Amino acid sequence: MPHATSPSPEAEATMNVEDSHMTDAPALPLEAEPSSDLAESQELPANGGTANLDSIFDDDDDDDEYSSSAPRKPEDSLQDIPQQVSKPKYSSPDILRQFYQRLFPFRPLFQWLNHSPTPQPDFQNREFAFVLPGGAYIRYQSFASADLFRKHVNPRDRKQLRKASAFRPVMKELVFDIDMTDYDPIRTCCSGAAICNKCWQFITMAVKVVDTALREDFGFQHILWVYSGRRGAHAWISDKRAREMDDTKRRSLANYLVLAMGNEQGKRGGIRRPLHPHIDRSLKILNPYFQTDVLADQDPWASTEQADKILQLLPDKGLTTALQKKWDSMPGRTSNQRWADIDAVAEAGHLSTMTAKQLVEAKQDIRLEYTYPRLDAEVSKKLNHLLKSPFVVHPGTGRVCVPIDTRDLEAFDPLSVPTVTELLREIDEWDNEHKDSMSADEKAKVQDWQKTRLKGYVEFFRGYVAGLLKEENKGKRGREEDVAAGADSMEF
Amino acid sequence: MLAATSAPRIAPNKRTVLDARKRQFAKSTHGPEEYPHRLNFYVVPPSGDIALEQFEEWAIARLKVLAELESCQFRNRTPAETEEYMKPVLDKYMRLSSNASRSSDIEGERKRDHYSHWTLRLAFSSTADLRQRFARLEAQLFKLRMQSDDTRERQEFIKTLPMSWETLSEEEKATWLDQLKAATNVKRDEEESWFKVDWEKVPGLVERRQCLLKKGTAYVHVREQQTMVLNEFARQLETGLELSARFLPRMDEDNRLSPILHHLSQSFVAPDAGYTESSSIGDITIPTAAAIDGLAQHFPLCMQNLHRELRNNSHLKHFGRLQYTLFLKGIGLNLQECILFWRKSFKLIADDKFKSDYLYNIRHAYGDVGGDSNRRGKGYTPYSCQKLLTEPAPSAGQTHGCPYRTYSPDNLLTLLQAVGVTDRALLQGVREDVGKQRFHIACNRVFEHGHKGQLRKVKEEGLWAAGDLDTILHPNTYFKRSFLLKNLGKIKAGDLGVDGPESSSGGGREKMEE
Repeated sequence: MPHATSPSPEAEATMNVEDSHMTDAPALPLEAEPSSDLAESQELPANGGTANLDSIFDDDDDDDEYSSSAPRKPEDSLQDIPQQVSKPKYSSPDILRQFYQRLFPFRPLFQWLNHSPTPQPDFQNREFAFVLPGGAYIRYQSFASADLFRKHVNPRDRKQLRKASAFRPVMKELVFDIDMTDYDPIRTCCSGAAICNKCWQFITMAVKVVDTALREDFGFQHILWVYSGRRGAHAWISDKRAREMDDTKRRSLANYLVLAMGNEQGKRGGIRRPLHPHIDRSLKILNPYFQTDVLADQDPWASTEQADKILQLLPDKGLTTALQKKWDSMPGRTSNQRWADIDAVAEAGHLSTMTAKQLVEAKQDIRLEYTYPRLDAEVSKKLNHLLKSPFVVHPGTGRVCVPIDTRDLEAFDPLSVPTVTELLREIDEWDNEHKDSMSADEKAKVQDWQKTRLKGYVEFFRGYVAGLLKEENKGKRGREEDVAAGADSMEF
Repeated sequence: MLAATSAPRIAPNKRTVLDARKRQFAKSTHGPEEYPHRLNFYVVPPSGDIALEQFEEWAIARLKVLAELESCQFRNRTPAETEEYMKPVLDKYMRLSSNASRSSDIEGERKRDHYSHWTLRLAFSSTADLRQRFARLEAQLFKLRMQSDDTRERQEFIKTLPMSWETLSEEEKATWLDQLKAATNVKRDEEESWFKVDWEKVPGLVERRQCLLKKGTAYVHVREQQTMVLNEFARQLETGLELSARFLPRMDEDNRLSPILHHLSQSFVAPDAGYTESSSIGDITIPTAAAIDGLAQHFPLCMQNLHRELRNNSHLKHFGRLQYTLFLKGIGLNLQECILFWRKSFKLIADDKFKSDYLYNIRHAYGDVGGDSNRRGKGYTPYSCQKLLTEPAPSAGQTHGCPYRTYSPDNLLTLLQAVGVTDRALLQGVREDVGKQRFHIACNRVFEHGHKGQLRKVKEEGLWAAGDLDTILHPNTYFKRSFLLKNLGKIKAGDLGVDGPESSSGGGREKMEE
């Protein structure tokens, strides 16, 4: 590894208050205040550096992942009020340390990134980044093995890298980010950082469409969907073919999935007809949701002003005038009724310029506008874009970024995802419950994560990783065995 | 010699033999290249032996073609117009016959094409700017040739390319027909034929959703095939050029090639054109000192400007004199007449002073005096556009050089109006060209406008070979062509074939390179 290491334990001790836990604690690994992981960098020709953080994180500013106000809140409040009172429990260093020591599934995470049981360059050259309580990032971290990775979560041992620009990412999972903020124009239940089960449906729809396209169109098999901890979802595609894509291909793929939406004036770039099979299939997936989750639950055109939006999307004067008239005379119509009105009015012969076919197409466009996934495409386009790792703690909500099982997508409830504090409490509860019923030996066999609600998620993740490793091994059994043999012979 | 790649391309048995005698008399270890197809991806550099002259001549011919291609682009010619314009140029400089044609020299043509490409690749790999320009023009040339290729031969060529595509079977086609049509937007009259590739090969089509995707395989309509070949060509060329650039420093030890390569890359500023005897009008009429005023209307702007300055001030500074004298020599004015011309023009100067200060320069320019009489030959050759465009800009009071380059756009337009170019659209075009530093294009634009009628006549009646109407790159060519066009009626058409520009730009060029 081309890193210059300069372990300077003492230096860390001088860090500010919030960091003080670091000096003694093997705390903060990925995420939370601590942070997240990232772009793999294999081979590192001094070239085209990874640029500054701003450019890499720019599009994250508006989602809560990193630099938003959320992670900073604890810090701000620290300054005027006593720590214990104001600091949300889940971000206290002690809690985080416990979480990463006792619950964080290092082993499967390592295998997931390593694509093999023995340490490979895939893992060793991977860049990890950590977020400090102050919002600062430690980037360009990499580890030779899972154990070192776990240990290095102890910041005293931190490596220092002098020439960050010498790194050029060469390989990374293909990632997608779907964030609820992008749905603000069309959701009525919440806005900003808030979510509820109603608007989570948008994420459900998006996951379905994107997942289907990735599997059927691009043939990817190892797609891991992860709850982002607050109000979105990430996808990690670990297929070899996906990992090796360069920026151009990532951009193409992202744009393939992104549909140019109409702007506020309802002017659309025009979706080509006949519909591309991908759009056509997506529409079929989305249609049922449109009736129930959009029209009924969101009711996006309830008020008169909201109803204007739909009128703007219909490019036919005669039709819109007639609709306007009808709606003026009967206020308080629901979106479902208004949607039905379009056809009714059109059949009554109020179409002036559009043909019936064009109306069908216009209605398709509207349905797409209200249901089609809104991806934060920039995240997917660059190899060097950092994305929060699975199983880390979201700094704003304390929720663990758990994987989502797409086989049972509807059942996933973001509001019931365990928070770090809940999990730690569950360990205690389990210990209490089994205080007498199990022997100490038996208890020792039970790992902490197995005592909590994290169990299901970790097991799902393990299963997923096992599938990935199996596939990965098929291709390179020969090489693998050589390496394994070599490693064995060195073992004592 | 021309190889430039990271992997050694030379087989061990072909390594350089260091013993000079062995090398000189050894049999060539490698056979001549074979060119089964008209088109060439230029993947493998040539390994045969060619003469240094051929090395240069072939490259110059190719350069000429590329320059013409670029000028088409500068003049906003449509693809159809470009094709029409380029056809005679290509035939003249770089003919490439199809396999079907009975041409006797298919191998030779293709060899020239192959070698010249690699020569220019070396010449233009030195800077990013040149590389980009060269790659763009080569890609255009390739496109042009591919389009003009015989359909069947093109298909055969495409088949040989290492691009893993597979035509869709009828069965698959039937299964996916609706989706295929919807995805690739097939018009009613287009053929229903698709091929499969990995989607990574066609990211652009994926991005625009113009192909059908199934499990990572892209189903692409045949109409995209040519584009893909072109893109692949451009991509390979660009990487190849980068490689060449890295290997270029190793060539420095060969002092025979680097001057040629340097000269070639220089020629890309404005393609160089040598002066040829046939640019004079000595065979039609003997120009005299007194006739210059009359002939001045045929002069390009650079010379007209000098002539005006001379008439206004009765004097020209040294470099202006030199440029003008050489030009006059080029049009066929002999030394005696030239001395007479200058003597009369410098009417404010006394005889003594003229003799002491100016006469020698004029005789020197004609090769009448100075240096070793065995070496000076006929003195300097008349300056080409390239020379005028690359020499240091004139300082205050000097009037030599190319006005399109040295004048500010406003002053340039005033000057053009003063010499009778007043067409508004034309002036606008000149302003644009000059703004983009395409000085010789501006000059050609003015020429074409001034001889619109005659040019049309010549074209329609087929009086001149189309190659004689290529871009003007030498003031003397400008003059000769203008003179001939304006005197079309007076000179018998028959004469033109013999001594017209026919032999002027191509045939005589190489002589001038010495």
